[in-house]
Amino acid sequence: MRLRTSRQTWDSLLITVLAFITALVISAILIAIADDRTRSAAGYFFQYPQDTFTYAGQAIGNTYRALFEGAIFNPRTAGNGTAGTLGPISETLTYATPLIAGGLGVGLAFRAGLFNIGGQGQILAAAICAGYVGFHWHLPVVLHLVVAIVAGILGGALWGGITGWLKARTGAHEVITTIMLNYVALNLLNYLLKVKGFQNSASGQAISFPVDHNAQLPLLLGSGLRVHLGIVLSVLAAVFFWWLMKYSRLGFRLRAVGANPLAAKTAGMNVERSYLAVMLLSGAFFGLAGVSQILGTNDALTNDVDAGVGFDAITVALLGRANPVGTVVAGLLFGALHAGSANMQQYTPIDLVQVVQGLIVLFIAAPAAIRAIFRIKARGASTGAELAKGWNG
Amino acid sequence: MTIIEAPDQGEPDVVVHGVLDTSHSGPTRLVRAAVYGAVGLIALLALGLTVGAGQARLGIGSGSDAHVLALSGKVVVLTLGAVILALAGYQAWQGFGRRATPYVAGVVALLFLVAFLAWVSLHGIKATVDVQGLLQNAIGLSVPLVLGAMAGVMCERSGVINVAIEGQMLAGAWAAAFVGTLAGSWFGLVGGVAAGAVMGLLLALFAIKFMVNQVVLGVVLNVLAAGLTGFFFDAFMANDATRYNQPDLLREWDVPGLSHIPFLGPLLFSANAVVYLTYVVIIAVDVILFRTRWGLRTRAVGEHPRAADTVGIRVLALRYRNVLVGSAIAGLGGAYFTIGSVGAFSKNITSGNGFIALAAVIFGRWSPRGATAAALLFGFASALNTRLSILLPSAPTDLLAMLPYVATIVAVAGLVGKVRAPGADGEPYVKQ
Amino acid sequence: MRLELRGITKRFGSLTANDHIDLVVEPGEIHALLGENGAGKSTLMNVLYGLYQPDEGEILLDGEPVTFAGPGDAMAAGIGMVHQHFMLIPVFTVAENIELGHERVRGGLLGFLDRRRARAAVEEVSQRYGLHVPVDALVQDLPVGVQQRVEILKALVRDARVLILDEPSAVLTPQETDDLMEIMRALKEAGTAIVFITHKLREVRAVADKITVIRRGRVVGTATPDASTNELASLMVGRPVQLNIAKDPADPGDEVLAAEDVRVVDEVGTVVVDQVSFAVRAGEIYALAGVQGNGQTELTEALVGLQPVQSGTVTIEGTDVTRATTDDILGMGVGYVPEDRLEDGLVSSFTVAENLVLDLYDQPPYAGRLNLDLGVIRTNAEQRVEEFDVRTSSVDHAASTLSGGNQQKVVLARELSRPLKLFIVAQPTRGLDVGSMEFVHARIVQERDNGAAVVLVSSELDEVMGLADRIGVMYRGKIIGEVPAGTSAEEIGMLMAGTLPGTEAAS
Repeated sequence: MRLRTSRQTWDSLLITVLAFITALVISAILIAIADDRTRSAAGYFFQYPQDTFTYAGQAIGNTYRALFEGAIFNPRTAGNGTAGTLGPISETLTYATPLIAGGLGVGLAFRAGLFNIGGQGQILAAAICAGYVGFHWHLPVVLHLVVAIVAGILGGALWGGITGWLKARTGAHEVITTIMLNYVALNLLNYLLKVKGFQNSASGQAISFPVDHNAQLPLLLGSGLRVHLGIVLSVLAAVFFWWLMKYSRLGFRLRAVGANPLAAKTAGMNVERSYLAVMLLSGAFFGLAGVSQILGTNDALTNDVDAGVGFDAITVALLGRANPVGTVVAGLLFGALHAGSANMQQYTPIDLVQVVQGLIVLFIAAPAAIRAIFRIKARGASTGAELAKGWNG
Repeated sequence: MTIIEAPDQGEPDVVVHGVLDTSHSGPTRLVRAAVYGAVGLIALLALGLTVGAGQARLGIGSGSDAHVLALSGKVVVLTLGAVILALAGYQAWQGFGRRATPYVAGVVALLFLVAFLAWVSLHGIKATVDVQGLLQNAIGLSVPLVLGAMAGVMCERSGVINVAIEGQMLAGAWAAAFVGTLAGSWFGLVGGVAAGAVMGLLLALFAIKFMVNQVVLGVVLNVLAAGLTGFFFDAFMANDATRYNQPDLLREWDVPGLSHIPFLGPLLFSANAVVYLTYVVIIAVDVILFRTRWGLRTRAVGEHPRAADTVGIRVLALRYRNVLVGSAIAGLGGAYFTIGSVGAFSKNITSGNGFIALAAVIFGRWSPRGATAAALLFGFASALNTRLSILLPSAPTDLLAMLPYVATIVAVAGLVGKVRAPGADGEPYVKQ
Repeated sequence: MRLELRGITKRFGSLTANDHIDLVVEPGEIHALLGENGAGKSTLMNVLYGLYQPDEGEILLDGEPVTFAGPGDAMAAGIGMVHQHFMLIPVFTVAENIELGHERVRGGLLGFLDRRRARAAVEEVSQRYGLHVPVDALVQDLPVGVQQRVEILKALVRDARVLILDEPSAVLTPQETDDLMEIMRALKEAGTAIVFITHKLREVRAVADKITVIRRGRVVGTATPDASTNELASLMVGRPVQLNIAKDPADPGDEVLAAEDVRVVDEVGTVVVDQVSFAVRAGEIYALAGVQGNGQTELTEALVGLQPVQSGTVTIEGTDVTRATTDDILGMGVGYVPEDRLEDGLVSSFTVAENLVLDLYDQPPYAGRLNLDLGVIRTNAEQRVEEFDVRTSSVDHAASTLSGGNQQKVVLARELSRPLKLFIVAQPTRGLDVGSMEFVHARIVQERDNGAAVVLVSSELDEVMGLADRIGVMYRGKIIGEVPAGTSAEEIGMLMAGTLPGTEAAS
């Protein structure tokens, strides 16, 4: 068994690495296509082929270097105090914060056999609740923050819980209801952003009042850097996820329901209540993501406060294979991609990051494709179809 | 691998006696009656009691044919409310049959809408509600939704879940603008369709061959499509719009004769190629699915692929074909966003229409007619909302904009009858 | 058409499902292929039907070697198959199902269906063979026997000259089985060759012309229908078989389970359990016999709270449990082995250890208030695996890696790992080899002797007659007769077909 497990782990690690390589190679081709000099050199490719390769190489090299420097470490700004040295890392952690929390939310639902694409709605619901407490109530230090965090997590849990409740009561497929609830939440927020008491009347824009200083997540590396306490909360959430899934009664039940709801029911487990529990918890993780967005990264509500985390979290969960360590690593990685993208933009369009992200996850989800590309023989019968199920299932 | 066949869905479970027809009796009938009754009461009380004095004015026809229907607002609203209540009463007493139910629901919705528009004309900024313009907008907004929904129906009836309609449309929109600028809008149309099909090929390949969870796959393909179109938009179109992002719009063309029908003519038969193709697609999908060999096999493969396999149908090939055709239709829907209405491409121009189309597929219970009706309903709701935000600035249009989504949730929750997907939808087929 | 298989070999990984099988079927012959579950009969037929490709060997039709890339080829060559699990689309009509795959079209680019001609063709063939079916009814609304007729018609409409019937009687009432045999004889008269796959000796002897016995993927012998049941059984199993199950007479104690007027309605409104009343006492085995699909599944599920009881009451030791949850019922000391262990009994991706506490994981000593005690769960698993002789190299292996018999042992081990008042066990030996079967039977008897009331659901007449102390026969949702152990097979068979002794067939 030991041997088998380690071989499987090695196998999935290999697939992951190859998925990365494939994604980066395809992206490199895109970078070359988008590069003006490379394109014009390609016009006389048959006279001076080396020009095309040189320019393409430069464009690709510059892009990936800029990405790295924006996300991890930039030797040229390293001397300029903390901000220069730790700036890129701070950005990576800031972007990673909601991705990790959200990735845990998607991953938890996966493990329990549900697919939560409702992250956007749950984050918005959380942000509305946390934001409202943050700017409308005025409480003492610490208490205000704690109350706002709890309000946000409850908001996310509630929004996820609607889906769980519908699934438990009526069998409504969670993919459909979560998609729909995303739009409901977005419209609700749009509405609130025009309502007196919510809208920042001074601005005239669709933006709320700013959250009280007391309710903001404290910055970790001083005022020049954006990274805030949220990243610590996200990592703690991952620890909680680990305990829940491995050592708790609830986790056992959720895993059983996820793997075989009929057997779980036959063994006396309440499958319906489990669906509700899963979606409440999954929504709560997204609630934490929403909290970090509204109380940390931003300080006022706008209708794009979710920053696309709802969908990005799905890619994080897939890359992290719905386990806590993997999710943290995947969250940091995609956080780094986002953080580096601003710096990369001088060389190639910013959406490259989304392409890279999409490609990585596409190949991770299809180990058979990677095996076909690199001609690796499959070990065992793992086809990647374990997760496959239909609307009725 | 085992030689003991796993017990599958084919396990017959019989004992056929005493089957009750639940649609006609019991709670479902009364729930429907209650819904109609609530709608009727809203019309009578909320609208009827508050409606101002004077004539409700509804504008129909356009250009030289323009007319205004003017009637006492109070009379219109109260009459329509009463009719709805009468329908609700009959529903509670006897119940309408299975076949009549969708039509009755449609009539109730229509009557309520007319009452509502009459009310709006007496309370809005303008005295006349331009119904013609409203419907014109509704059709415009519905075209991509209908096409997206047909794409979903084609794929899902063969057993492949298509959550990637959004991505297919986005790719179609981008390619139509790009190719349309370089080579003219007719080529743009072809480019849009082709781009949709290419996205469909990815869906088919990864879903059918590599057996990736199809919902996951759809989500990832949407991310990818947004990334790629955004990337190429920035790389080419953003810097040099005249060269890459200024396609000619498809020209509008009046169908001789038909376009002169009052009211309907200008609405339906004075439009561009995408709109006419939409009509063709709706009819074609319906006919193909229910009247041809291809359709019979498609439905068989979507319900019980192994059974289809045992009679010699090539399950995977058929699924490939349906996914490709379906996503090409979505690509056409995408083309409408650029060369069919706006012209230039902009990032995320489809703005969630693909997901609404998916909702229409489910709301319409995977049937071409139902999905078309649902797409038209959603398109109309969206047009109405836009109009209301002008006529009644104080109206909570954001809350009204939730309605299609809430309606879909209500539908899948089974409050208005059970929704059932094709039996094998989303399940990859593995030959033993 | 003369069918010949020569040296057919089919392997799945390390398992050889068919090992150099030779078989000849003459036109107008009913050739029975007899073997235990898992002997490789279905694999062989799937090879013949083009669903599997053989690793070695060849198929000859009238002496000509043929290869089938898929079922389409096999059908074109005149081979038809009626699968054990019907290959019918439930939401299609009978005509559509029969037509599917070789549709009659009116031409045109798209191929418009010609429903009129399709109907006519179906009606013509159904007239010719006397196989009456409602052409326009949806298959999902038809009884199993009629669905099977549709399957046979599917093959006949395609001019099948060789017809394979895979365990055709598994889901039929004895009456329907007799009808089926009539149909088989009629087809034989018309010159069709029939391959009849089964493990039921009675049917083989009644209808077959020639018998080939398969064991562990090999042909182990041939026989004629006049061979005795015992001869055939020992050929099939590979050793002399004790058809009787050794047990002492029952010593019933107090009443444990009582069902009164229990009625269960499924989600589409069909009455699946109709006013059922029965009682089981401690120390006796009460068998619910009947053809599959007559409400036994729903009744047992209702007893353990998995199906809502619409009316009537269920009591266990005097406590009303009609509305109790499954969790509560199991907690009262009820063990439950569901009929479909892979679907309902096990979480196949969970480890053996986890499966062994699937319904106990939240109780001491396996768990605290919130957490699990993984150490105790593991120790428990090691003990059970030892005690029940579950063949696995580690309790950390996923349950899916075990054989069917070992999976069933895991389920039994779990349910029998605590003192039981009531033990409900459904189809306990379905799909098991004879060795595992004997083990399971012995454990059931042992549990009875320990003083538990046992409810046994089985559609295998032999099992019912061998184990039961009392037998209730279910037909169309009702217990239509209750008979003591020792009642003749004929009488029970009549009841299973809905016929009360001394009367004409019940409506």
